[in-house]
Amino acid sequence: MAVSPVKSTDNALPPAIRCIGVSKTFGSTRANEDVSFTVERGSIHGLVGENGAGKSTCVKMLYGLYRPDVGNIEINGRKAIFSSSTDAIAAGVGMVHQHFMLSPTHSVLDNIVLGAEPLSGWSRFLPAAFRTIDRVGARHAITAAGKAYGLEVPLDAKVETLAVGVQQRIEILKLLYRKAQILILDEPTAVLTPAETAVLFGNLRRLKAEGHTIVIITHKLDEVLALTDQVTVFRGGRVVGHVATRETSAEELAGMMVGRSVKLSLEVVSGRLAQDSSPILSVEHLTVVPRKVSTGDNTTAKPVLRDVSLAVRGGEIVGVAGVEGNGQRDLFDSILQVDRHLWQTTGDIQISGEDGTSGGRGRMTTARLRQTSLGVIPFDRHREGLLLEASARENVILGYQALRDNHSKVSVGWFPVLGSRVTRERAAKVVQEFDVRPGDPELRSGALSGGNQQKLIFGRELVRDPRLILAANPIRGVDVGAIEFIHSRLVAARDRGAAILLFSSDLDEILTLSDRVLVMYDGAVVGEFTRKTADRARIGLLMGGGVVARSGGQ
Amino acid sequence: MTWEILLQILASTARMSIPLLFAAMAGIIAERSGVINIALEGFILFGAFFAALVTLSSGSPWVGLVAAMLAGSLVATLYAILVVWLRADQIVAGTAINLLAFGSTPLIGKIAFGSGGSSPAIELADRFQYEPIILGILLVVIVHLWLHRTTSGLWLQFAGEHPEALECAGVKVRRLRTIAVIVSGATAAAGGALLSIWLSSSFARGMSAGRGFMALAAVVFGRWMPIPTALACLLFGFTDALQMRLQGATLPRMTEPLPVQVIQVLPYLATIVVLAAFVGRAYAPRALGRPA
Amino acid sequence: MISGAASNSGGILRQTLLELLRALVAVAAGLLLGASLTAIAGENPLNILAILFRSAFGTPWDFGMSLFYATPLIFTGLSVAIAFRAGLFNIGAEGQLTLGALAAAVVGVTATGVAAPWSLFLAVLAAMSAGFLWGGIAGVLKATRGSHEVITTIMLNFVAAGIASFVTLEMFRNTETQNPETLPVAASFALKPLTMFEGAPTTVAFFWGIAAAGVVAFLLFKSVWGFGVRAVGQSEPAALVAGINVRRVQITAMAVAGAVAGLAGLGEVLGSAGRFRLGFSADYGFMGIAVALLARGRPFAVILAAILFGALHKGAADLDFETENVTRDLAVVLQASVIIMVCADGVWDAIRDGLRRRRSTAIRAESAG
Repeated sequence: MAVSPVKSTDNALPPAIRCIGVSKTFGSTRANEDVSFTVERGSIHGLVGENGAGKSTCVKMLYGLYRPDVGNIEINGRKAIFSSSTDAIAAGVGMVHQHFMLSPTHSVLDNIVLGAEPLSGWSRFLPAAFRTIDRVGARHAITAAGKAYGLEVPLDAKVETLAVGVQQRIEILKLLYRKAQILILDEPTAVLTPAETAVLFGNLRRLKAEGHTIVIITHKLDEVLALTDQVTVFRGGRVVGHVATRETSAEELAGMMVGRSVKLSLEVVSGRLAQDSSPILSVEHLTVVPRKVSTGDNTTAKPVLRDVSLAVRGGEIVGVAGVEGNGQRDLFDSILQVDRHLWQTTGDIQISGEDGTSGGRGRMTTARLRQTSLGVIPFDRHREGLLLEASARENVILGYQALRDNHSKVSVGWFPVLGSRVTRERAAKVVQEFDVRPGDPELRSGALSGGNQQKLIFGRELVRDPRLILAANPIRGVDVGAIEFIHSRLVAARDRGAAILLFSSDLDEILTLSDRVLVMYDGAVVGEFTRKTADRARIGLLMGGGVVARSGGQ
Repeated sequence: MTWEILLQILASTARMSIPLLFAAMAGIIAERSGVINIALEGFILFGAFFAALVTLSSGSPWVGLVAAMLAGSLVATLYAILVVWLRADQIVAGTAINLLAFGSTPLIGKIAFGSGGSSPAIELADRFQYEPIILGILLVVIVHLWLHRTTSGLWLQFAGEHPEALECAGVKVRRLRTIAVIVSGATAAAGGALLSIWLSSSFARGMSAGRGFMALAAVVFGRWMPIPTALACLLFGFTDALQMRLQGATLPRMTEPLPVQVIQVLPYLATIVVLAAFVGRAYAPRALGRPA
Repeated sequence: MISGAASNSGGILRQTLLELLRALVAVAAGLLLGASLTAIAGENPLNILAILFRSAFGTPWDFGMSLFYATPLIFTGLSVAIAFRAGLFNIGAEGQLTLGALAAAVVGVTATGVAAPWSLFLAVLAAMSAGFLWGGIAGVLKATRGSHEVITTIMLNFVAAGIASFVTLEMFRNTETQNPETLPVAASFALKPLTMFEGAPTTVAFFWGIAAAGVVAFLLFKSVWGFGVRAVGQSEPAALVAGINVRRVQITAMAVAGAVAGLAGLGEVLGSAGRFRLGFSADYGFMGIAVALLARGRPFAVILAAILFGALHKGAADLDFETENVTRDLAVVLQASVIIMVCADGVWDAIRDGLRRRRSTAIRAESAG
């Protein structure tokens, strides 16, 4: 664990934030364990780590949404006990969330003053809730603040008409209006275009020059190196590194972020590719831009997928590595053609059918696709994988309800009827073969534990022996004993000639299973490795957006 | 059509739209805070009943009005507990309140008045004359100003659009919604009061006659904003007055009399068209119907 | 919507029993609470409940009347239940049943040459078609324009009333009476009262209702279409990933719900009244919502809930005679308080959610890191 002593810039003033031995547990999960770090006053500080590493939990405690179970937090040298975000603001700590807390249909002005409205003098005699808002005064104050910090925003525009970068400025202005000294930003560049990112960085540097302290939560290492003074690295709920940016490099940070733990013992031999080399799944130059529902023409929405191309052949597992939120979800949904009307898509997706013909994605509905040998293990098993109120017997046919072999003999072509015997048999088979517990197919699926739900979904898909499998986080929440089982089944499917596209935020899983590894960052494929060339350190680097090894510096 | 008839129709319009106006404003207050208010019909009926009851015994329409508002607040409190705190389904709970009103008002009426649920007639002197028109105009102005100028008005707007942001800003959304629902109930009940102690002279069972739902239509038509909604109420009142006048009358250039039903259903058809044309949810408060 | 509200462990049987228990508790609480209102009038609530019970089930005639009132509620209850299953609210059962009854009456008045049983078949077809259309409009608006079906169906109720008024008064008016009603339907369309109920106007329509419940149950739980409906109602994202066409499901669900509601008025139009009368529906559409809620969207439970509400309706009729001050309106009050108790039944869920929320922050913490 690399910890360089951090020199405080001004010995007289206490640091902006100090976490001392902070721990937080939820149920059986230790979200934060013995976290200690210091954020110097007037600095820009980075918090990095993968998803689930503990940085969000820690920050939520700084902001008053949670209380630490163990340990202390000091803000500006004073012990901080926050019971709500209002307390945090009062202490000068403000947070810009990843999902903006802005009402799209209201004006910028109204969004900024909400909860801290300046009151008109003449309404003095009225109770506080009924006093009129002094919008004129607010306008002056906000415009002045905007000018002082270089954060100009159009006060009368409706938020929904503004570009995301401008919306972020509004959020920052909200905090400054409330006299926040310490600003925390959660993944601020996730939704910004490169141009907007540059503007943001300029703003943040200006804020620092004015004496504010800034904490940035991010997984993008190049930004950390460009912007911050110090970095704290989280992994597995702990702080594994606390260094001055100047003295570290992207490689070192990446190494700390992904670590060296090897959890899985499965030894996977490289697969034999199918004899005919035409790919089962082929994605070409796919660019996807979210379609804005509202009006407003000066918005350049950021593409969620940029010129993505990949191919998966029968008999290989292609793993997509990357921190969650870099386009994996969107790629998954695009292949599945879910919610099409929300996207503007260019590029082509081809999935070859069972009879060898190639179907352009546009011509196939999700339904036809599912039925002609596409297995899907979705990202969000609760929302997308199962009907929680239904029994296992019914969930086993979810996605396959239109297939003839699930129907009873009395079905007529145009009025299909589900066969209770065949579905019961299928459910029993899945439950038994994939060790779903409890083993009662009539039990409501919401009553199963997360791991068993995952096994049910996995079993449902694999029992049909599909040709193409889209698998997202197949072992999330699954008990250790079943992990090897699931992985071996995937490999077995591959050996039978299936093409598997694997998405996972667990790098070990990717490295163990994949014949080829693609790395996604910011909506694009930024690297490709074979089983031989795959290298944890380099992949970690690419996951953080780095390309060439760099050392820290402004 | 002579001037006289036109004036009559206008006067009728004014009278008929005022109770609707109260109900519609009540609908706006609740719905802008994020709570669907199907129970307007019930609140109106409770208001009509208690206003009649108390005016009969006290002789003053103002006392009756206050009583109606109190009754509305009480029932609305029940509704608020059900939907805001117990997270009950808003449609079902609202329907229950309506049924409760339909059933309990004649029942209590039988006990109080002795007859089949209707109240005895109230003297002209004990009823409102023209005051409700002024009250109605005042109501719209106050709601409009309050919603757009005051702090609690802004909070209400956010409660219906982006309650997370409001909660983040330190305002308790559930408490706000509870208050909004209670105020909504009182206002709707006031509208109901005007039915029994102004528009007519007594309480009759079921006299709300669908006005609660008409008010909802007006709110949708007016896109949840006070002044357009008030205009929508005027429109509905106008069609009401018109169809009474036009029964059997022939419009110029038409040989057959215009079916009265066409005019009757016009406001509702128009609401559907408005909804369909403006892609449904485009104007509704975004958080409408979602429990906090 | 209709929550499964089942316990976290135990089989289907235990879940069902638990739900039944909750429903019974709600009903009992509602009845007691509503009846206690009569204490204001100086009556003994328990005595009131005894009168109700006797009046509803005492003699075959009483029972028949209860079933007669229950019949339309079975259909509207099923209608709302189907929509619930798809995650939609059908407040338009009132309008759908009006137009369905109207269509049947029009056919009954005009197609005089058709003999039974084809005549009945025709009438049923007409009623279902009208309801199908009316429900389908709301479904299409919802699926294609996103218009909230609560508002569109309420508006459509009013429009349906207008259409019914026009057709009855302008086209098929029975000039022999002052009542706003159509001409009587032809004899071949008439449904005779069942003799087993000693004179109560209950017709075979009640058994049609039971059959309808069976058909709806089959549709919902056995057919692929029904699977799609229930999937959409439980989880739209899961349905999408499963390849189900959500829009098509919404449209067809509303249309089928409308078709079922359209049958609600047949017992009266072809049976007891023998004609279409304006305003014949005693809020059957809205009662259907209550029935569907009490039955938690299960078709056979709808029958029971409908009989309960029908019994309350009948039972309260005798209250007029047997008490000083309590009128038949008590039935409505009782029905309302039962619904309120069922709503308040959410208190158990609220408690459970409060406990869950503390656990789920853990899961959220897990995934947010």
